[in-house]
Amino acid sequence: MLYELSVEIMPKPGIADPEGTTILRALHALGFDMTKRVTVGKVIRLQVEASTGEEALGIADSMVGKLLANPVIEVANVSLVQERAASPD
Amino acid sequence: MPVNVAVITFPGTNCEYDTVKALERIGYSAELVWHDTVKLDAYDALVLPGGFSYGDYLRPGAIARFSPVMQAVEEFAVSGGPVLGICNGFQLLTEAHLLPGALQKNASLKFICRSVDVRVDTTRSSLTNLSSVGKVLSLPINHFEGNYTCDDATLKILEEDERVLLRYVDNPNGSVHSIAGICNEQGNVAGMMPHPERASDELLGSTDGIVLFRSLCEGQFSR
Repeated sequence: MLYELSVEIMPKPGIADPEGTTILRALHALGFDMTKRVTVGKVIRLQVEASTGEEALGIADSMVGKLLANPVIEVANVSLVQERAASPD
Repeated sequence: MPVNVAVITFPGTNCEYDTVKALERIGYSAELVWHDTVKLDAYDALVLPGGFSYGDYLRPGAIARFSPVMQAVEEFAVSGGPVLGICNGFQLLTEAHLLPGALQKNASLKFICRSVDVRVDTTRSSLTNLSSVGKVLSLPINHFEGNYTCDDATLKILEEDERVLLRYVDNPNGSVHSIAGICNEQGNVAGMMPHPERASDELLGSTDGIVLFRSLCEGQFSR
């Protein structure tokens, strides 16, 4: 079975996020004063062959540990987006 | 036998020729070594130069860390050979866990390209052994992700074990404790954000980088 997963990688609290800070300033300049915080991270979408969703999540977790995120400066969250019967496109 | 230095080059490295020239001008033999090389026995020292290996995709150094050559770099490091990572090379050594911590984006939100003063904090390393404690060196920096960070426990160890080699006199990028360069526990693996190869000739405005290359290539230290 082919599973689609989403890996959300965000800067750890306390780690500089200049992109988020700049967007926050721009939002304030446009009148969105109610915005208190902007944090910019990245999303990596994966299509993974696995027998179960749980197995797919486990594989993605090990990818995070080995390559996708740096635990010194980032936190990662893996979630299952959908189960696909179709072949990868 | 002249000292023979491997300058390890990845797709996207861009300071390799400067580094080879700097080493050659002061009397060492230096060769570009492509990242698919798996043997480094012929070399006395390794330099991982600056640049944007693999376009800095994912994180600086994150992809290069898995290049074939990195296994040999690790073996060279473990055997006690002198290894220096400059800028992207420093980022790469942290990603490869040969040095602790990480380099995050500059606190100023700016790419910084200018000469800065750094102070030598210890001579007990492959990088600083021919310099002296307190010596101020003028070296160029050229980075966006040069803001050194690590957890509190690591910082405590780095300070207590005198593993901070170079410290910015006027912190340009937000690095914790103004750290510009560190070494591993044994002192043979060093990483620094400033570029010594760009301070290796009067024409470049500073020759302060030379002592660091000399330390790497022929110096002695104990730890």
